[in-house]
Amino acid sequence: MDLYEYQAKDLFAAHGVPVLPGRTVDTASDAETAAGEIGGAVVVKAQVKTGGRGKAGGVKLAKDPAEAKEKAEAILGLDIKGHVVHRVLVTEASDIAEEYYFSFLLDRSNRTFLAMCSAEGGMEIEELAVERPEALARVPIDAIAGVDKAKAQEIVAQGNLPAAVADEAADVIVKLWDTFVGEDATLVEVNPLVRDPQDRVIALDGKVTLDENADFRHEAHGALVDEKTENPLEAKAKAKGLNYVKLDDGQVGIIGNGAGLVMSTLDVVAYAGEAHGGMKPANFLDIGGGASAEVMAAGLDVILGDDDVRSVFVNVFGGITACDAVANGIVEALKILGDDATKPLVVRLDGNNVEEGRRILAEANHPLVTVVGTMDDAAAKAAELAAKAGA
Amino acid sequence: MSIFLNENSKVIVQGLTGSEGMKHGRKMLAAGTQLVGGVNARKAGTQVDVDGTSVNVYGGVEEAMKETGADVSVIFVPPKFAKDAVVEAVDAGIGLAVVITEGIPVHDSAWFWAHAGANGNRTRIIGPNCPGIISPGKSLAGIIPANISGPGKMGLVSKSGTLTYQMMYELRDIGFSTGIGIGGDPIIGTTHIDALEAFQNDPETEAIVMIGEIGGDAEERAADYIKANVTKPVVGYVAGFTAPEGKTMGHAGAIVSGSAGTAQAKKEALEAAGVKVGKTPTETADLARSLVS
Repeated sequence: MDLYEYQAKDLFAAHGVPVLPGRTVDTASDAETAAGEIGGAVVVKAQVKTGGRGKAGGVKLAKDPAEAKEKAEAILGLDIKGHVVHRVLVTEASDIAEEYYFSFLLDRSNRTFLAMCSAEGGMEIEELAVERPEALARVPIDAIAGVDKAKAQEIVAQGNLPAAVADEAADVIVKLWDTFVGEDATLVEVNPLVRDPQDRVIALDGKVTLDENADFRHEAHGALVDEKTENPLEAKAKAKGLNYVKLDDGQVGIIGNGAGLVMSTLDVVAYAGEAHGGMKPANFLDIGGGASAEVMAAGLDVILGDDDVRSVFVNVFGGITACDAVANGIVEALKILGDDATKPLVVRLDGNNVEEGRRILAEANHPLVTVVGTMDDAAAKAAELAAKAGA
Repeated sequence: MSIFLNENSKVIVQGLTGSEGMKHGRKMLAAGTQLVGGVNARKAGTQVDVDGTSVNVYGGVEEAMKETGADVSVIFVPPKFAKDAVVEAVDAGIGLAVVITEGIPVHDSAWFWAHAGANGNRTRIIGPNCPGIISPGKSLAGIIPANISGPGKMGLVSKSGTLTYQMMYELRDIGFSTGIGIGGDPIIGTTHIDALEAFQNDPETEAIVMIGEIGGDAEERAADYIKANVTKPVVGYVAGFTAPEGKTMGHAGAIVSGSAGTAQAKKEALEAAGVKVGKTPTETADLARSLVS
């Protein structure tokens, strides 16, 4: 789960990382009040889970509360790379002497963690990594040894941070490591990490990604979920314990078992859809290996509630749960849904007991269900039905 | 032959007494696996009846190995306890640890991987979040349905479980030396490259199917490896062309971030290494079939 800047900074503060005081508000008038309380010049920052806010006009300096209100008005409602701004952070404006870059992240290739550090912060780090890779230090971190002061000093030195702030920067890095490990983060990024005129080192921005697999040991992380901006279908699926992702511009609803097979199903549908007016998959939904009737019904319920969906492709490989059980699940699910099932279903079953599974579906003879033998043919059929329904 | 697992492998299950452990313990026995024991500290000294076969439960991996000569452990314990279970298997020096558990925090996986490295990598780790490994007709260590395909001359390595099953089923007319699901997590033990190397050296394997998916750069690195080291024909499939940036598709590792990890980039890298890449699983199976017939 990606966090907003203000949430990331709250975590930083909890682990002793220096941040500037600020307040998060939803309206321009609250921004004015917040600016008055903070006092002096403030920065109004759009809270969206994407980079490039500054360039998009989402970060503005305001010299007084009236101007903070004005800037907040301009920023709230702004669309930054598809993310609409609902909330701004009003924070003390700092005097910046220098800007650095720092992050801890997962290094998949080397199956460990990585610290990245550069004396040249502030800009887009992807650009720096391409244009001047030598200016960006990459220091592997042993997951067990972690980052102590000595390791942090090594990182600071490799990142070429100036001697005057080396010691303090190392302290901050140790605390960022505490955040990274203590919160089960897969990314902790500070860009910029700044040096103020008094040589203090402050995290001016913050980007944190949390590992949801570790939620069992972080009760507090549940409160960080932003239900306001969550897609309502995704929220509904989540409440039912389903692994669902809504996709833009799609017409064919997808249900399958196993993440890889479902991903593959989306591709095969998009590929088949090229011959049917560009029909595309409308979602990712993995109902897992079990594929019980209840889960199938819950999945169908979510997908049929999506107005974009014109046809549904149920693609199940019967492995541990054999095809006859899956077929019974589909039949039961349609009974549970009754009149709520309104869109054509193309079902492809393959694997163990496939003949029996197909026989069960044929016997049920549900008017909405078409059984197709192969994944490729079924994808084509689903795309064809979606195209017809839209015509 | 086969890779990593054969008819002589002696398998224990950490978490055998749990519901998943029992269910799959039964299936492993039915698939021909020499299931020699279970591990559960709280039930040490007892026996469990696995479909008529009495299996001893030991207090720890080390004890189980000493008593049974086990060289493979399949781990079914819940995510909370998985790190300790893997560390225990590594400390006992078992040859192969197959981590089926889904939902292990990546900091825990990073930890046990570092721990395995610090112990000289005596233990090959497969997974986590994987379906395991099968050498059809010989042994199964994991949850792969054993009856979807038989022994034969294809080797298969895949990040995804169900795509493993799909591909094994599509190619059941040819059969497999070994099929391995390496898992879809960001940090995994055995990689595509490890499996490719082993298949290349396995006389029984004539051709290799490699299934990848979005996220990371494992497929790109495997492509480089194939180009330099693999002389057997390799067919590839990559899932996730339609996955949008920044959305995790089921597997924790299946996420496209920026320009990295796209299916297109992986396909191109594989094709540049001489690997034929199918557009769909079925087309991929057809390509594979054409290589061995």
